[in-house]
Amino acid sequence: MVRVVAPAQPRKLVKVPFVELADGRLQGVVSSGSDAARVYVSSITASTHAYHCSTNNNRPCGGLRGAPCKHLETLANEAVLQYGFDRVARYLRVEPDVAVNTGAALLHSLDARHEPSSAAVVFSRFLRHLSYLEVPGSTTSLPELHWFPSTRTAR
Amino acid sequence: MHGTQIAALTAGHPAGLTDAFHLVAGVDAALTRGLARVGDEDAAALAGLAGAVATTPLANLVAEAVDKIIAGSGAQEYVAALAGARSAVLGAVHDALLGQLDVALGRSRTPWVPIPAAVPGEVSPALAAARAWLSEVAVAGWRGVDHELVAGAGSVVEAALAVPELRRLAVLLDGLAAELRACVPVAMMSQVPQRRWADLWSRGVLLAQDTAAGDAALSVTERVSGRLLPLAVDVHEHDTAVQFQVHALLEPADGGSTRLVRTAVGAAKVDSIVGPALWRLLPAQPVLLAALAQRRGVLVADVPIRGADMPWRDDRARLDEPVDPFAAARVLLPDALAAAPHPVDRHPAGIAEPVLLEGYAVSGQEGRLTVELDGHRLAVTVDRLPSCGPLTPELVAASSACLGLLRWDAGRWLLQPMAVQATVKRKIVAVHTGDWACGVTDAKVAKAEAKAGDAVTVLRERAGRLLRR
Ligand SMILES: [Zn+2]
Repeated sequence: MVRVVAPAQPRKLVKVPFVELADGRLQGVVSSGSDAARVYVSSITASTHAYHCSTNNNRPCGGLRGAPCKHLETLANEAVLQYGFDRVARYLRVEPDVAVNTGAALLHSLDARHEPSSAAVVFSRFLRHLSYLEVPGSTTSLPELHWFPSTRTAR
Repeated sequence: MHGTQIAALTAGHPAGLTDAFHLVAGVDAALTRGLARVGDEDAAALAGLAGAVATTPLANLVAEAVDKIIAGSGAQEYVAALAGARSAVLGAVHDALLGQLDVALGRSRTPWVPIPAAVPGEVSPALAAARAWLSEVAVAGWRGVDHELVAGAGSVVEAALAVPELRRLAVLLDGLAAELRACVPVAMMSQVPQRRWADLWSRGVLLAQDTAAGDAALSVTERVSGRLLPLAVDVHEHDTAVQFQVHALLEPADGGSTRLVRTAVGAAKVDSIVGPALWRLLPAQPVLLAALAQRRGVLVADVPIRGADMPWRDDRARLDEPVDPFAAARVLLPDALAAAPHPVDRHPAGIAEPVLLEGYAVSGQEGRLTVELDGHRLAVTVDRLPSCGPLTPELVAASSACLGLLRWDAGRWLLQPMAVQATVKRKIVAVHTGDWACGVTDAKVAKAEAKAGDAVTVLRERAGRLLRR
């Protein structure tokens, strides 16, 4: 009766408030180091290993110079913290060398190429994600959650 | 709980249990392959299900639905009848198991008192969307679930989440969809968790009917006042929801017999909020949180109750004297009056009966523990120890007394610990899952938490900035 998907592991959220393995991509939102009001939307597609990084207003990231930028590296590292290295590698359909053990290293081990994509899809998923925190709490029982026990067992 | 009670509980299965699960397994296999592809084996299983309810009021409805499904129809009404019949079989299993438990423990239970079903109001688009998606899933089968079908759940969940009365459905569908999302393409999975997904799917279909919208569980006919003695808290969570369900004894102010009750508070969340931070999602329930953290009783005044379920009203609750949950359970639990659940909630997975065990020996390796009392053994599940509290498998292994829930899973009775008295460095300590309700009390864990930063505040700050621009 335990959950099919292992719970996420805790991580600091300041740098990367949002990361997910969804829509066939490792994607997320990375805070700008210099401007609190700006965020970068970074993604890498599982099937093609095409990557992109831009501001949420679709302004291309200046760090993309023929290789994944530091935002993508940070995103990959945080994805590994949240989901575990194996799950991220499996999602990106790679079987990395044993020497590769961080998200950033995994990213650079790929035969990846840059291909612009729209930030809008990922950013709207981030807003949708945040909107859960605005849903009011409940004070009546939700019996279906008995199928979803909280667990400290990471699988 | 005495050794003889463990013996009575584990002596054997209720009659018909194996047959019932065999029947359900056949239906689940059909749902895995999909109703668009009902082969001979699946047709036989569906016909068997119709046969099983042939002497019930569902008989004609289910017989027709099964005929139509075998003939290739995936119409919503037939799919709903299928879900209803499967739920009825598991409801009967639930009743037999709970009956076995009540006999073993000598527990008295008041029957469910039906109230007239609410007349369905206007048609809810959110429910219609949920029914359509659930039917589509059944037709495709778990094996046929792809990215596109999973993505279709997004708007369904969003619509249901926007209607407070549909919270149960929204939370259920979101949990199911997240599992499917993590498993697509399901066709590539070596083993599909078909019982589990069929359980969630069937409950979803029931909750998505228009008649369920008035949610009878929310209609309350009774109000009580009295002293609430919290026993322990059971924590449930998936990526976007958390629930703290407190099992408690209620001493009614009017002097009636002590009742075994439950109250639950919950919050929506995101996957990156885990561990002790979960408690921080409940700022509006200070009395309940303090009662758990400080192990205090609570005086409640004129609060609603239905069966054993009390919707929590923090504004009608006041902290009372400290209470040792173990002492309260020792004295009051054996004769406390339990209550039958809402008919829709009758499912083996919903059985969670508080018990106190004392003076046992624990054996086995970490993760596969067994308690032994007077020569009788009961398996322990440590999979359900929550991430937000201090109770660990090691403490359970070192324990000699336990407040827990009896659950039935994978064909056997299990003890789920919620609080233990354990020997740590030659001292007896009591450790409860709710100990950190008002903050982590273990210095080492608190330090790690502080280092990780405050996920709830970080995300709320972002939400505040981005969602209202
Ligand atoms: Zn960048």
